[in-house]
Amino acid sequence: MLIDCPWCGPRSEREFRCGGEGHIVRPETPDAVDDTVWADYLFYRDNPKGLGYERWLHRFGCGRWFNVVRSTTDHRLAAVYGMSDPRPELGGDR
Amino acid sequence: MSGGRVAGGVAIDRSRTIRFRWAGRDYTGFAGDTLASALLANGVSLFGRSFKYHRPRGLLAAGLDEPNAIVQLERGAATIPNLKASYVELYDELYAQPVNAWPSVNFDLMAVNALFKRFIPAAFYYKTFMWPNWLLFEPLIRKAAGLGQSPKNADPDIYAQLSAHCDALVIGGGIAGLAAALAAGRTGRRVMLVTGGAHWGGRFAGSEELVESKPAQAWIASALRELADLPNVALHNRTLATGHYDDGLVALCERVTDHMPLADRTGARQRLWRVRAGEVILATGAFERPLAFANNDLPGIMLAGAAAVYLHRYGVLVGRQLVIATNNDSGWHAAVSLAKAGARIVAIVDARTAPPPTLLATADAMGIAVRCGAAPERAVGGKRVRAVKVAALDAQGRLSGKSEHFACDTLLMSGGWNPAVHLHSQAGGGLRLDSALQSFLPNPRDGILSLGGAAGDFSIDSTLVAARGRVTDPVNAPVRPIWSLSRTAEPDPLAWVDFQNDVTAGDIAIAARENFRSVEHLKRYTTLGMATDQGKISNVSGIGVLSQLLSRPMEAIGTTRFRPPYDPTAIGVFAGHRVGDGLVPRRRLALDHRHVAAGARIEEYGGWMRPVAYPRAGETEAQAIAREVRAVRTGVGLVESSPLGKIEVKGPDAAAFLDRIYVNTISTLKPGRCRYALMLNENGTIFDDGIVTRLAEDHFLVGTTSGHVAAIAEILEEWLQCEWPGLRVLTQDVTTCWAVLNLAGPKARDVLDALDSSIDFGAAAFPHMQHREGEIAGIRARVARISFSGELSYEIAVPWRDVDPLWTALTAAGEPHGLTPFGIEALMTMRIEKGFLHVGSETDGATQPQDVGFAALLAKKKSDFIGRRSTQRPDSLRDGRRQLVGIAVDGTQPAEVGAHIVGVGRKAAIGSDGWITSSAWSPTIDAPVALAMVNDGAARIGEAVRIWDLGRWREGRIVERCRYDPEGARLDV
Ligand SMILES: [Zn+2]
Repeated sequence: MLIDCPWCGPRSEREFRCGGEGHIVRPETPDAVDDTVWADYLFYRDNPKGLGYERWLHRFGCGRWFNVVRSTTDHRLAAVYGMSDPRPELGGDR
Repeated sequence: MSGGRVAGGVAIDRSRTIRFRWAGRDYTGFAGDTLASALLANGVSLFGRSFKYHRPRGLLAAGLDEPNAIVQLERGAATIPNLKASYVELYDELYAQPVNAWPSVNFDLMAVNALFKRFIPAAFYYKTFMWPNWLLFEPLIRKAAGLGQSPKNADPDIYAQLSAHCDALVIGGGIAGLAAALAAGRTGRRVMLVTGGAHWGGRFAGSEELVESKPAQAWIASALRELADLPNVALHNRTLATGHYDDGLVALCERVTDHMPLADRTGARQRLWRVRAGEVILATGAFERPLAFANNDLPGIMLAGAAAVYLHRYGVLVGRQLVIATNNDSGWHAAVSLAKAGARIVAIVDARTAPPPTLLATADAMGIAVRCGAAPERAVGGKRVRAVKVAALDAQGRLSGKSEHFACDTLLMSGGWNPAVHLHSQAGGGLRLDSALQSFLPNPRDGILSLGGAAGDFSIDSTLVAARGRVTDPVNAPVRPIWSLSRTAEPDPLAWVDFQNDVTAGDIAIAARENFRSVEHLKRYTTLGMATDQGKISNVSGIGVLSQLLSRPMEAIGTTRFRPPYDPTAIGVFAGHRVGDGLVPRRRLALDHRHVAAGARIEEYGGWMRPVAYPRAGETEAQAIAREVRAVRTGVGLVESSPLGKIEVKGPDAAAFLDRIYVNTISTLKPGRCRYALMLNENGTIFDDGIVTRLAEDHFLVGTTSGHVAAIAEILEEWLQCEWPGLRVLTQDVTTCWAVLNLAGPKARDVLDALDSSIDFGAAAFPHMQHREGEIAGIRARVARISFSGELSYEIAVPWRDVDPLWTALTAAGEPHGLTPFGIEALMTMRIEKGFLHVGSETDGATQPQDVGFAALLAKKKSDFIGRRSTQRPDSLRDGRRQLVGIAVDGTQPAEVGAHIVGVGRKAAIGSDGWITSSAWSPTIDAPVALAMVNDGAARIGEAVRIWDLGRWREGRIVERCRYDPEGARLDV
């Protein structure tokens, strides 16, 4: 894949590390949630066929993390955006 | 009578004779020949034995699709298995053997397998050898059924790798590729044109075809001249595209020296190119399909297009007396070329009832017998075809009526053409069935363009138009689909579909009967399209046979997705320089040369080359370790600890951030103080430990284990960037900015006091677990009073470049005190005596802080930190978890790490209570010492246990972890 790092522009996949699903929210007060909620945060992922949210690290580049929307069927990157940017809607072509 | 050299051949240079050796005999050929063309020119028609049945096999094809003539090139370390004779360029003193003949190609003991053909159908191996044990049969089967021999020695060759970028990568050096490169090159785009073989021009090189009114060879020559003059175009022959990945990434394998005599080769043998192209243009041509009739695998039966290539490119006539069997026009064109070169065409047999009248007229004018609506039923012959029986085809495509006998020495066949869609498919491109070609065409895909044969366009004119960017809609005369020829609905069990894997139409029928009806199942059940073939010859035909058997359209059966590599590629190409010492860089300590000079034995620990110990003359390693331990316990020792991880964490929120990272509370640490701290991952598992130092209010030095520093630096950034972007914190891994010498032992202070320093090392001025910055012997230093040995100890960090004078100063000042350099093993022995945790030895992926004595620490902290919630799960809170304890082992030998701890009166078979995690001989207490993780261990101190290792039992006792100075009195001095 060619990944369009928000800081460095398009670079080879070899320079990056995929950090798994994006927009996983850590419970605000972990002590206050039950084991099911905590397990959901730790282990349960959507693993969609088609477009999904991921976070990536430009490990051998600028060292910055960022979000992408990527299709797991054809590796197409539908969106690249910063860690603090709002999550784009996936729309109907998911 | 068989083939031989005739006039023509654009690739060969008749002025240069090449000597080579094949299957134990000497031959000659010409420069430019392949091994296959040279052997054909010498009249050789038997090239090997088949994979399963050891049937005699000859050449079928002229390129990478060759399934039969598989050779083992060269001997010893230089040997390479499974090359296609049609793709091996001839060089002086070349040495090659067929892969599948034992003891010789002409007398093959294994041919007995052929007698049992009816008993070795599809999936025979799976079914027959499942019981009692496949492993019993495997070595025998491997000998009987196999390709070449892997080299036994390490690969002596060098492989290079490089990256390239271009606007357009054109793959394929035929007419289509040359035209596409010209069109792109003339616009000024950066173009790379690559072709797998040595020669340019593809299938039409040297042929009678006209290209833009010029003879093909003249057009090719002028195209190459123009391309060579374009500065923005790079041409690479002997460069095969093997993999096509996402977003225009293509792997090319360039054979740099493979065509040279062994003695002349220097430098890299092959080169991996990683090309990122704006557009990938696939001009990869097409593969001709065989026809499936009985005995279609006899030597002397060849693809018609291959015979034309041998003639035009190498001036080799494959036979003298030919029958051509075809279902499309191309077989006729080959017949005409070969007839002009002097072959006698016995007959042209066309499955179509009405071939184009122009072809019929040409054959008539040349006096060639023609049979329309007919096909071969059976080839006759032993080690070479002698005749072919031909019968008429009825409306259903079955053979019927009386068969006709044609004597011949060669049978050429053409069952139609399959566009080479492999690279298109590898990159995720879809395929669709073309009913005229009865084959699969590439669907349009952004950034990928297929041209010429690869796009199912077999017209030169149309291809030239398409190469200039115009959209064309090539129209092909429909072939007559005849996937397997027999007189009944049942395919012939001796009609080969996949020659290399010995899969016949009959095997496909068995698979269909047993309900292996998807193409992926068919492939795995019959092995169709596996090995080096990867579907080049067999894929579409196999789908065709299955479609016929199941009366389902081919598109409903589907195609397999092609995967890289397109052709077998040496692992060395992918490894490049990353072999041996090039695999992982060896990291050397700042004072490596000093350690070596001091007699250290150096070994690798977590990527660092570190002193194990410094054995003196006549001393064993164990004796050296014991001496070094005693020196530190009673005097003073010096060890280099530079690999210890050092990460600076700075900013107004640094303390708050580290509170969230560590089990310990860091924000209460005062500047100039150190604290041992434990780091978990979010699962509550211990991830790392180390000393955290507060250098200033907003500035921390995070100490990590040597092996984990890179991972921790990355994790700290991940939390900061992804979870807490609001925290004002910067991190920087400074591990290799600072070299560290650790001076340890009761006389350590005496050594430092003897040096000129701005730091007061007095016990009250600089207590244990504190940190000072200053100068020692004129060198800027950061000094921490921390200890992994259990003795008074100073870790002195100085800029990496300044450590040599520090070593000199310390060893000089230490001499009166008997200062002893010590290695990792002495340090590890001392930490086991002290019962200190070593992350990765005592801990595994399930170890939590409460298991190693930090339950109180865990309970004390009020605020949240990484992993805390996971230490409150039911499994974390249950009684009886494995806990870190010491083990006193009876006898004089240390216990094995990994040995099981078993309660007295129990046997290993009914369960282990835990295991030894660290073990050493303790010179200090003169006994073996060990640490172990034991179920409910803390409550079992004093209990006698048995220790089991690989059938050996020993006795021992659970004890406290710390066996030396448990009060820590020696630290507080
Ligand atoms: Zn970047």
